[in-house]
Amino acid sequence: MSSPVETLVNKEYKYGFVTDIESDVAPRGLNEDIIRLISAKKTEPEWLLKWRLKAFRGWLKMTEPHSWPNIRYNPIDYQSLRYYAAPKTKMPLGSLDDVDPKLLETYQKLGIPLSEQKLLAGVAVDAIFDSVSVGTTYKAKLAEVGIIFCSFGEAVREHPDLVRKYLGSVVPASDNFFAALNAAVFSDGSFVFVPRGVQCPMELSTYFRINAAETGQFERTLIVAEEGASVSYLEGCTAPRRDENQLHAAVVELVALEGATIKYSTVQNWYAGDAEGRGGIYNFVTKRGKCAGANSKISWTQVETGSAITWKYPSVILQGDNSVGEFYSVAVVNGKQQADTGTKMIHMGKNTRSTIVSKGISAGQGQNSYRGLVKVLPKAAGARNYTQCDSMLIGNRCGAHTFPYIEVQNSTAAVEHEASTSKIGEDQIFYLKQRGLNTENAISMIVNGFCKEVFKELPMEFAVEAQKLLGVTLEGSVG
Amino acid sequence: MLEIRGLRANAGDKEILRGIDLTVRAGEVHAVMGPNGSGKSTLAQVIAGHPAYAVTGGEVLYEGRDLLDMEPEERAQAGVFLAFQYPVEIPGISNAYFLRAAYNEIRKARGLEEVDSMDFLDLLEEKLRLVEWGPEIMSRAVNSGFSGGEKKRNEILQMAILEPKLAILDETDSGLDIDALRIVAGGVNALRRPNNATVVVTHYQRLLNYIVPDRVHVLSGGRIVKSGGKELALQLEERGYEWIEEEVAAS
Repeated sequence: MSSPVETLVNKEYKYGFVTDIESDVAPRGLNEDIIRLISAKKTEPEWLLKWRLKAFRGWLKMTEPHSWPNIRYNPIDYQSLRYYAAPKTKMPLGSLDDVDPKLLETYQKLGIPLSEQKLLAGVAVDAIFDSVSVGTTYKAKLAEVGIIFCSFGEAVREHPDLVRKYLGSVVPASDNFFAALNAAVFSDGSFVFVPRGVQCPMELSTYFRINAAETGQFERTLIVAEEGASVSYLEGCTAPRRDENQLHAAVVELVALEGATIKYSTVQNWYAGDAEGRGGIYNFVTKRGKCAGANSKISWTQVETGSAITWKYPSVILQGDNSVGEFYSVAVVNGKQQADTGTKMIHMGKNTRSTIVSKGISAGQGQNSYRGLVKVLPKAAGARNYTQCDSMLIGNRCGAHTFPYIEVQNSTAAVEHEASTSKIGEDQIFYLKQRGLNTENAISMIVNGFCKEVFKELPMEFAVEAQKLLGVTLEGSVG
Repeated sequence: MLEIRGLRANAGDKEILRGIDLTVRAGEVHAVMGPNGSGKSTLAQVIAGHPAYAVTGGEVLYEGRDLLDMEPEERAQAGVFLAFQYPVEIPGISNAYFLRAAYNEIRKARGLEEVDSMDFLDLLEEKLRLVEWGPEIMSRAVNSGFSGGEKKRNEILQMAILEPKLAILDETDSGLDIDALRIVAGGVNALRRPNNATVVVTHYQRLLNYIVPDRVHVLSGGRIVKSGGKELALQLEERGYEWIEEEVAAS
């Protein structure tokens, strides 16, 4: 009669297929020639190549972070990786009218139709395949109101001044090991510019897909909202099932000028590796936003269900007075997944406010860590932070860890931290079963209830998607 | 409807039920009484299929089916309902969402169509009146921050919506003030039908003033040691449980 909460079986990863397409790949290894090659492939201006090379030289002096994050992995052999892969197509990429049908089919299979007629109404998509952007939808329509939404490469070509002004202004090339690596070899990504006073009329989104083997993905996203502008942006990610680990080291920079609002939502579902922990993506990402102007707001919402290892801390620098930073996170680990994720809220301006709501769910042998820093600088009079950090355990072999750091240098600041750890109990499951729900539905209901405060921050369609994803990730987590 | 024969069950290494025999027919109300630790709640939980108890002997037939062979949700779908002594909290899930999910699972299992939220709302309104509640309770998370009395009332509301054939009330009266007791009992009485049955597990006779049983059973040491009509409950109220235990010891 006993049904102990126990072993899990990894659910088959739905997006694990490989697209058979010929690729233009760089030779293995990392050196200045490779960086020159990438830069040349993208016909970049000289200043950008210099920026890359400087980042690379800085990176050579840095060491891979192993001591402080609560994650275990073998040092990566950077010389064995490839740093550029682009699908070989007859037509130039960037226009959706003549994209290789194989690529369209890939996105179709992923549930991201790229023809505008079939798109979710009101969502514009930039589709990134390995190192390049396949195409961006609704570009023309957005241009009508002055919004620039395009691949990073295109932005460098078409809007070099804007890129040059903001690139590295939030995450400097020397920021950390993976950010420096990204700065040296970044391939593509999305660029968004919302001019003064414009409210973006639709959701913008980027869909990242890793396809090629033994290739890292290093994309870079830059979003700028000028005075009084607002934009909501989403990203989704998947990768094929492969036995080797693959590195994904992205950088995202957000800049909100006075009175601007940027909402950035992520549903991350990279391949997590198999039940024995073979393969899966190393998701080592630096995301940071700067509330540069007064009364601006940056809000991060993330649902992290995939990747073998997740290492990311979407942060907000609250520079403008009265600016607001938010971080809503659900991180799920199952099987042998590891996550060390959280945020940094740096209060610089007066009356700046931040909210952190983190929900960590650990199942199987997964290890989940919340790591967060709330820092109030001397000039941030009246700063407020509220942090809520909840962990849920499913089974007896997983772990939940919390590393909150609080540094307050202004006596008028108020910082609140609440934390809880709960275990999905047999009593909760039994209660729902007694009302007619099966075990999986019971767990799904309990977990969704646990994550509610975060899901309600997601745009509608993505909230539904996230709930489903959570169900799939935890399927089989209870025997 | 329910036939229990020689039922034995353990919690861990400890034997708690030591051969229970009990027959409940459609239309009947049975009261199971007994001192603390006599096995009353265990009996209720074993009928519902709680995984913490291991059945070591005997059988339980429900409408002729082997109940012990069914998963807890299958038992629920077949019409067995347990009103919990300690209802569990489900934070973040609204009462309305939870109730509709349960209602639809049970409908699905019976080959009926699921109802949408509008139709469900109509049903809900009617059932809320039964427990004298306003609609505001439905947007609160399941049992979260509910008082003891509200939790018990919520159990009866669930029972009213799910319309079980066999309802087991596990100490539903414990912790209730007199008004809440009246509402809970009123709800149970209103749900009595010729084709359903109720088993009321209780320590005190008080509830039985409101829900009048056809049969009363006294549990002691994991066995039913005495059965009788409703007057047995009154005798227990007057004389306590000792005289029965002495009687058993003497025989």
